[in-house]
Amino acid sequence: MVETVTLTIDGQEVTVPKGTTILEAAETLGNRVPHYCYHPGLSRPAQCRLCLVEVEGAPKLQASCVTAAMPGQVVHTQSESARAQRRGVLEFYLKNHPLDCPICDQSGECKLQDYVHEEGRAHGRSREPKRVLGRDDFGGDVLFYGDRCVMCTRCVRFMNEMAQDPRLTVVERGNRSVIDTFFEEGLAGSPYAGNIVDICPVGALVSKDFLHKARAWDLDHIPSICPNCSQGCNIDLHVRDNLVQRLKPRDNPEVNQHWMCDYGRHRYEWMNHGTRLVAPARGRGEGLATGTWEAVLSDLADELAEAREAGLGVRALASPFASNEDLAALRDLVEALGGGEIVFRSPRADQEIPLPGFPKLVRRRDLAPNVRGAELLGMRRVGGEDASGGLESLVGFDGILLVMGDALLDAPEDFGAGARVLACLGTHPPRVAAGATHLLPIRTHAEGEGTFTNVEGRVQRFWPGLHAPGEARPAWQVLAFLAAALGAEGEVPALAAEAFARLAADHAPFQGLSYEVLGTRGALVNDPVSLPGA
Amino acid sequence: MAFPYEHEREVRILSRGWGDPRTRTLEGWKALGGYQALEKALRMPRGEVIDEVKASGLRGRGGAGFPTGVKWSFMPKEKTGPQYLCCNADESEPGTFKDRELLRWTPHQLIEGCLIAAHAIQADHVFIYCRGEFFEAVQVLARAVEEAYEAGLIGKDILGTGIDIELTVHSGAGAYICGEETALMNSLEGRRGLPRIKPPFPAAVGAFGRPTTINNVETLCAVPHIVQHGGAWYREQGTEKSSGTKLFCVSGHVVRPGNYELPLGFPLKDLIYDVCGGFRPGRSLKAVIPGGSSVPILNAAECEDCTLDYEGVVEAGSMLGCASVIIMDDTTDIVKQVRRMVDFYAHESCGQCTPCREGTQWMARILRRIEEGRGTEEDMDTLLDLGDQMTGTTICVLSDSAAAPVASSIAKFRDDYLALIRRGERVGAA
Repeated sequence: MVETVTLTIDGQEVTVPKGTTILEAAETLGNRVPHYCYHPGLSRPAQCRLCLVEVEGAPKLQASCVTAAMPGQVVHTQSESARAQRRGVLEFYLKNHPLDCPICDQSGECKLQDYVHEEGRAHGRSREPKRVLGRDDFGGDVLFYGDRCVMCTRCVRFMNEMAQDPRLTVVERGNRSVIDTFFEEGLAGSPYAGNIVDICPVGALVSKDFLHKARAWDLDHIPSICPNCSQGCNIDLHVRDNLVQRLKPRDNPEVNQHWMCDYGRHRYEWMNHGTRLVAPARGRGEGLATGTWEAVLSDLADELAEAREAGLGVRALASPFASNEDLAALRDLVEALGGGEIVFRSPRADQEIPLPGFPKLVRRRDLAPNVRGAELLGMRRVGGEDASGGLESLVGFDGILLVMGDALLDAPEDFGAGARVLACLGTHPPRVAAGATHLLPIRTHAEGEGTFTNVEGRVQRFWPGLHAPGEARPAWQVLAFLAAALGAEGEVPALAAEAFARLAADHAPFQGLSYEVLGTRGALVNDPVSLPGA
Repeated sequence: MAFPYEHEREVRILSRGWGDPRTRTLEGWKALGGYQALEKALRMPRGEVIDEVKASGLRGRGGAGFPTGVKWSFMPKEKTGPQYLCCNADESEPGTFKDRELLRWTPHQLIEGCLIAAHAIQADHVFIYCRGEFFEAVQVLARAVEEAYEAGLIGKDILGTGIDIELTVHSGAGAYICGEETALMNSLEGRRGLPRIKPPFPAAVGAFGRPTTINNVETLCAVPHIVQHGGAWYREQGTEKSSGTKLFCVSGHVVRPGNYELPLGFPLKDLIYDVCGGFRPGRSLKAVIPGGSSVPILNAAECEDCTLDYEGVVEAGSMLGCASVIIMDDTTDIVKQVRRMVDFYAHESCGQCTPCREGTQWMARILRRIEEGRGTEEDMDTLLDLGDQMTGTTICVLSDSAAAPVASSIAKFRDDYLALIRRGERVGAA
C-alpha cells in the first residue's frame, strides 16, 4: 500500500502518493503549472521561478516543482500573487528575447509563446537595448540560437545526467550566462544529443535537419514505433504533405521514457521513398503485366492451389520490418500450403548504444523493429550481419516461393527462376524481378496499422501516418485472402484489429493480448525477455 | 596598538591583537592566553559547549543574526558518518572588511574557534573558505594552520583528548555569490557556485552531502572568549537580545573610517560623530547604509535615534546585516551610489533564477539611464515593480539584496531621482 497525502489545489481535492510534488499533483488534475526548468526525466534545480504557487500558511510563494505535497495543504495556482509572479517572470524572459517567432522553428510549439499569450503582459516595459548573442553551431544536428534561450539548463542537465556525456555547460554568470560547448568540441558523435532539441522549451536549440522545413501547426502527429532498431521506442511521426518531416519521441516509461537515439531519429527518409511498387502484377520476365487486385490475386490463388495439388513444397522469406499481423498471416498461408520453413534476414550493428541515465533504453544491435515477433512466429534468421546471403535454400527451389518485404538486393539474377510460383509482396520493386510470377504492392508501417514486438517482447501498436501510394494494401489482408482462397478457416480480416485478434487467438506467445490490453503503451508477450536496467 | 584607528569607547575582545604582528604567531597568540579555551572546551561534554554558546546569546555575524548555539544544535543527534564545519571567510559584501582583519591579525583566534565549534557539532573536518582576493590573509592563515598542526592543536588526538579534527584552508575564485552558504558548499565541492534549494538545510545535507554547519569568521572568533569566560560574561556587553561586541566596518565620508569593536546597541550618531570623528568641515549627514550594501538606506532623520543592534536598526527601518556602516555626506549623489551597488549585484548574480538574472541587469540599465539624465518618472515605478518581482521569489537572497537599496532610495530620496529626471541635475557633486 502506497502512503498517500490529500491536498487541495485550486479548490479541488486530490490524493497523491507521498513525496509527489505540488506540480505533479496539479498535473493529475489536468492543471499544468507553467514551468521551464522542470522536466520529469531530469533533476530539479527550481531556477526558472515560473512554477511558483501560493501555499496557504507559507510566507512566500513556493516552487511547486520541488515542494512536496503535504496533507491538508491548500494550494492556489491561480491566485493574484501567483499570477503576478508569472507575469513578472515572463516579462523578464521577454526582456532580451528577439521575438523572432515568424522565422523560429519552435513557433507554434513554444512554451514561451504559449505562456506569454496566456498570461503575459500585453506590452513589455523595457526600453533598454536587447542583448544579442547570435547563432552557434553546436555540432551534430544541433543549432543554438542564444537570444531565444531561457536558461532553463535542461540541455546541460540532459547531457550530464542522461547521456552522461557532459559536452554542454553554462559559461559566465548572471545576465551574461550562456549555454555553450567546451572549446571546439561540439555535440557531434554524442549518440543521444538530439533529445536536447526536444526538451528545449523554446527555439534556442533547433534541429539542422528540420530547420525551416515545416511550421509546427502544419504537422500531424501520428503515434508510431521507431522502426530503426528492436528497442521499439515510442515515437510520433510528424507529417506534412504526406511526407514524414521528423520523428519525435513519445513518452513510455517502460521503453524509452522521454528519449530516443539520434540513429533512429534521423532515419525516416525511406518512409518517403518515391520509387514504390504501386500496382499488382503477374507473369514472368517479359510477360509481367499489371492487373487489378482481383485478377492478380485470383490467378495467384489458382496457381498456388495447383502447385499444392502437384505436391510441391513451400518456402518463404520474410522481413523483420513487417508487423506481427503480416508475419502471422504469412505463417498462416504457408501452413495452408502444407507448411514450410520461413526465414528472414536482418541487419545487425556491431554494438549496442545504451543511454546511461536510463539503461533500459539501448540502440539495439538488431536494426529492425520486429525481429522478436518473427522469432516468436517460428521464423529463422539467416544470412550475415548486413542482411545479405543466406538464400541458399531458396535459390534453386522448385516449389512455391513467397517473399515478403525483402528487396533481394544481393540475390542472383536467376533467383526463383526455377520456382513454380514466386510471389513477391513488397513496398518497392525487388531488384531481381525476372523470376517473379506475381508482384504485390504492400504498405510500409508508416502507412498502415499494426503491432511490432520489441526486443523485450513488448507488443506495441503503431498507427497510419501516410497515405499508401497507388494500390498498395496491407500485407496481412493480401495474405489472409490467399489463405482463405486455399481453404483456410476463418474470415478474411477487414481491419487491423481483426488481424491482431486472429494473431492473438492462433499463436501461443500472443495469447490473451488485445488492443484493450495493449493500450498506448503496449504489453508483454507471454514469455518476455528480462532486460538489464528494467 | 590598534588598527588603523582606535577609540576609548571600544571594547576590544576580538580585535585586541590587531596591529601587532606577534599575534599572528602561535607564540604571540599563546602569550595573549590563546588556546586555553580550546583546552577547556575539548574536556567539556560537547552539549555543555553548545549550552554555553546558547547562554551567551551569540548571534551569527555574517548578516542574518541567527543564534549560533541554536544553529549548532540542528546537527544530527546521532552521528552516522563524516560531518563538517565550514567557516565562511568569503567576505565580499561591499562595505565589509572585518573578517579580512581577523584573518590577517588573529588567525589563531579563528583556528581556536573553529576547533571548539567542530568539537561541539562533532565535525571531523573544518573548511575555511576564503575569498579569492584575500591573498595576504590566506598566507597568514595558512602559516598559522601549519604552526597549529605542528603543535598538535589540529589533527589526530588534539591535546591528548583523543579528538581528531582536520582543518583545510580553501581559497575561492572571487565570486560574491560563493559567500552564500549553499553556493559556498557547491564551490568547495568543485562545482559552479550556485546556491542550492532549501530544504534540505545544510545541517541535514551540506558539503559533500553530509551534515554541515556554516559560521562566519567573526562568529567563530567570538567562541573561544565565550568558552573561556562564560556566556554570562559575554552578555555583559550589548543589549538583552543582541549580546556581546560587534566589529563595525565604517566607510564613507567620515574623518576616521575603519574597524571598531563596539558593544551592540551603540548609538549610530555616537559612532559617526564621536568614534569616527564626524564629517569633514562644512559637510553634513545625508544617508547611512548600516549593514552592508544589501540593506535599506537610512536617511538623516532615521539615523537620529538609531542604535546599532539587530532590533534597533530594524526599528529604524533597515537591518544590521554584517554591520558595515557606509556613511554618506551631503555631497553624495544617491542615484549614482545605488546604481553602482546594483551594477555590482548584476555582475555577481549567479544567473540561476530568472528574476535575479534579468532583473538585476534591467535595474542597472534603468538606473544608468536615469543617471545620464534620460530617465522618466515611469522608470521609478518600473524600478519599484521590478523590486517587488525580485523580492522573495528566488533561491537565495541576492536579488532581494539588489532590490532593497533601490526601493529604499526611491522612497527616501525621491527628490534626487526627480531632479535628475526633470532637470538632469545631479544632487551632490560627487
